[in-house]
Amino acid sequence: MKRTRPEGIRLSSAKVQSRRIYLDYAATTPADTEVVKAMSPYFTDRFGNPSSIHSFGQEGKAAIEEARGKIASLLGARQEEIIFTSGGTESNNFTIKGVVYANSSKGNHIITSSIEHPCMIESCKFLEKNGFKVTYLPVDKDGLINPEDVKKAITPETILISIMHANNEIGTIEPIAEIGRIAQEQDIYFHTDAVQTFGHIPVNVDEFNVDLLSVSAHKLYGPKGVGALYVRKGTKMASFMHGGEQERRRRASTENVPGIVGFGKAAEIAKNSMNEEAKKLTILRDKLIRGIFEKIADIRLNGHPIRRLPNNVNVSIEFIEGESMLLNLDMEGIAASTGSACSSSSLEASHVLLALGLLPELAHGSLRFTLGRYTEEEDVDCVLEVLPKIADKLRSMSPLYKENR
Amino acid sequence: MESYSERVMEHFRNPKNVGEMENPDGTGHVGNSVCGDIMELYIKVEDNIIVDAKFKTFGCGAAIATSSMVTELVKGKTVDEALKVSNRAVAEALGGLPPIKMHCSVLAEQALKSAIDDYLAKSRKAQKEGK
Repeated sequence: MKRTRPEGIRLSSAKVQSRRIYLDYAATTPADTEVVKAMSPYFTDRFGNPSSIHSFGQEGKAAIEEARGKIASLLGARQEEIIFTSGGTESNNFTIKGVVYANSSKGNHIITSSIEHPCMIESCKFLEKNGFKVTYLPVDKDGLINPEDVKKAITPETILISIMHANNEIGTIEPIAEIGRIAQEQDIYFHTDAVQTFGHIPVNVDEFNVDLLSVSAHKLYGPKGVGALYVRKGTKMASFMHGGEQERRRRASTENVPGIVGFGKAAEIAKNSMNEEAKKLTILRDKLIRGIFEKIADIRLNGHPIRRLPNNVNVSIEFIEGESMLLNLDMEGIAASTGSACSSSSLEASHVLLALGLLPELAHGSLRFTLGRYTEEEDVDCVLEVLPKIADKLRSMSPLYKENR
Repeated sequence: MESYSERVMEHFRNPKNVGEMENPDGTGHVGNSVCGDIMELYIKVEDNIIVDAKFKTFGCGAAIATSSMVTELVKGKTVDEALKVSNRAVAEALGGLPPIKMHCSVLAEQALKSAIDDYLAKSRKAQKEGK
């Protein structure tokens, strides 16, 4: 099914004067027009508080339960195992803190990876300051975690294993089902951050053997500010917010009804379009990767060549720096992203790229294009036309390029 | 991240004095790949006046803009005057830098000082050898 492209994203067609090409879908996606349509009545006509007993409230309550069902269905979960949150960051924080508080009598050890999203790594660092021990597993040169390493890292004190399904920067898809089996055998809670995969590639809580799983709406053409946490029935965890009966007392706060309705709609659309979309994006992704290698010398592909998200292209262009590439691309109307320190406030290159063993100058020279529902072949062609010129221009200014010639 | 001023973007889009210099009188090489910025700055000096300055830079938008600006600022100045060009002066001439990018202006100042030091060391050596 062909979906309507939002106004803000234009084709690189000659007819359109001010072309803008959005290739940063891993950062966020535009809300699908159907999603916005579904949300709209819940701001105005059906505004009731789902906790209210009257008909206004009950309309809201029914809407969130319907959305919960749609999300559960896409995950192969039961409706009552879905807790709505404010997004992926909250779902990950909720998992880490909720499981740890409720199970600290059993142990104080957490296993995670060195390439998790900052919200996971920072939450772990916070717990380390409070007496917990954390193992950050290494990855291989393509970003893969070895399930054997997970097995070896388990101690009698281990209470939680958390490994992301696919990495947001490099797109590598981890062997979640295998790791889940190990966790299950050892009777340790297992969580996966599926923010980048839910609604894009198949995610099934039983096949993955997970107890907890985080998702976010705005990564699959839903609204920002809403996400969910899957919690397998029987999982012992502390509440995250206190002060209300919402979400089975696990997450107090009046529900974001329009957001939740939009999330449900986005999941419903994804269920129908996911496979077709993944096929289309894989072709465009491979064309972009191949084209960059053909047109620019000294390129490195970051992430796994095959076990990779259908929409992720991440390359390092040697001798030049990421932010200056992004600015040049932006001048041409192309939106991308980089793991260079210079575009962050930390002044350190991406922890993910460094974990792959990349030299700092290669990490600084990384460029990520993430494709999506409204990406067309023309957009890819446009990047392939513009990027080699930018690389030439910046290389002619680079002292590193000279040294290497 | 805070965005760049129009002056920064101007110097980033069309940097002045890019490239290597044949037989420079002084060369400065600062920065490292860990922090992500490397600058090389070359000067030509005649009668104690910097008559030309050029640069090559690996780095972000601010690194390129500050390199461009510092070379513009020192052209025509005496060596002593050039030594007084501070990172703040470079940043101000660019209409300010986001706080997180101020280190780029420090790097530009260091590149200039290092090129001048190289020039002074070379000229002292030349004097000693009686050239």
